[in-house]
Amino acid sequence: MNSMPGIHLPSVLVTGTSSDAHTWNLVFLQLLLEEWGHDVINLGPCAPDELVLRSALEYRPELLVVSSVNGHGHRDGLRLVRTLRAHPELAGTTMVIGGKLGTEGLRDLGQLRRLLEAGYDRVFDDGNVAAFHDLVSRLPVRAVS
Amino acid sequence: MTRVPFGDFVAGARAHGTLVVQPRMGFGDPRRMREGLARTRAADAVTVGTLTLDSYTRVRDLTAARQALDEGVPLNGYPICTHPLETSRAVLDGIHDASFPVQVRHGSARPEHIVSALLALGLDATEGGPVSYCLPYGRTPLREAVASWRRSCETLARHTGDGRVPHVESFGGCMLGQLCPPAVLVAVSVLEGMFFARHGLRSVSLSYAQQTSPQQDLEAVAALRLLAGELLGHVDWHVVLYAYMGVYPLSRDGALTLLEAAARLAVTSGASRLIVKTAAEAHRIPTVADNVEALETAARAAAGAPAADPGPPDANSEVYAEARTLVHTVLGLHDDVGTALLTAFRRGLLDIPYCLHPDNAGRARSFIDRDGRLRWADTGALPLPGAAVSTARKVTSAELLSALSHVQRAYDYGGTP
Repeated sequence: MNSMPGIHLPSVLVTGTSSDAHTWNLVFLQLLLEEWGHDVINLGPCAPDELVLRSALEYRPELLVVSSVNGHGHRDGLRLVRTLRAHPELAGTTMVIGGKLGTEGLRDLGQLRRLLEAGYDRVFDDGNVAAFHDLVSRLPVRAVS
Repeated sequence: MTRVPFGDFVAGARAHGTLVVQPRMGFGDPRRMREGLARTRAADAVTVGTLTLDSYTRVRDLTAARQALDEGVPLNGYPICTHPLETSRAVLDGIHDASFPVQVRHGSARPEHIVSALLALGLDATEGGPVSYCLPYGRTPLREAVASWRRSCETLARHTGDGRVPHVESFGGCMLGQLCPPAVLVAVSVLEGMFFARHGLRSVSLSYAQQTSPQQDLEAVAALRLLAGELLGHVDWHVVLYAYMGVYPLSRDGALTLLEAAARLAVTSGASRLIVKTAAEAHRIPTVADNVEALETAARAAAGAPAADPGPPDANSEVYAEARTLVHTVLGLHDDVGTALLTAFRRGLLDIPYCLHPDNAGRARSFIDRDGRLRWADTGALPLPGAAVSTARKVTSAELLSALSHVQRAYDYGGTP
């Protein structure tokens, strides 16, 4: 699937948030994205904001996926995307976040709006693989020379 | 305050044939934390209390913990380094005493700040370990975690005496919570227990988390007890069982049935203490009421379970043979167990399946076999000749999801694995 000559499927940087120790969500996302044909760099759990920024600037992924399930995702995700969006080099990078983002297990529209305003292109509900696939499959495909 | 050391309290309950049950509970709000401890203490069960710390304190981001408190943002645990000492003393006052030990649970690879804070509160029981709180939870280099845990154990050990016997529990029986074959869990627990003893602790506990096969779990706890008997004869030790740590059943019935199975496993296998999970586990951070219900459900199930055979545990199991090989291979690398652990992970002689940490070899892979047992799909460089299954192949996302939810599905549909 990812060996079609001349076609470069968008590369993806997958990361947890600085305070989130969960791993399985990240392992699953990596396998899923690789099956869809993408090259994936997985920073794993508890990646500090500086590491995510440094990695994004170094690898220039087309898509950056933040996944969090520890209940601090709103707060940590907001701080992270502000840090990333402060760098104009990353203006073209699609950035998304998903998982269990609050401690109460409830959908919080105010938090959702703040995450989008701060720079995420999409915020996914926990487990919404279909919507995620939809977004990933619409990313622009580059021809490589 | 009359002190009863954590290990003595658990041994006392065991002598009466009673399983100690314990929540994993922590709240940012001191009043709610105190209420949680008070109601754990008042539950109809022999309990010990838990202060589970928040994620910011765990990674030492005390600025973020401070800001969250100032802004009234809910934390996922108690920020022990951020609330004033008097506030934390008031949380424990009249609750933490000889009949109710309190343990601090945190998840930190570099816990010095947490150890200082708990000692200042008159507490001396905690948990974790240089491997079990490092590899699964972040990117702290294993070498730094080993150094920090050495210092932390030595600080705790200096507070031995005058009725105090600090206690550390290895979290080695959990690792990524699921899909780690039991021999590795047993080996890491035993090796971390030896690490704690090497750095001065005289009372330790070794953990094992319920997995996918009740028979394999019985063999694993037996293996843990045998190896502890062989290698930790000079310190006080007991076994603590964790109710399933993977993806938890969504239904109330499924969740409580799985917890009851864990309580029976604890008693039948000869564990002394059980850390519970709640019916709310799959949905949100459990409330105090969720935790009390779990403690009482587990205590009832334990009281009705057949006790372990009084004789020595079974030494003729696959888990014991594999775990013994792993432990002795590691101990043979260096006289100092911390140094030996570093070498073992560098060479892949210990390898945690699916763990993304840069210091984990990441070559070993596991799967759930048709009989429900966790087995190796690929042993990587693990010193387990003949144990590997030859069908090594890439696990797909769907297969991973299916394995991760194996227990959840079984219990939600009313069965057992």
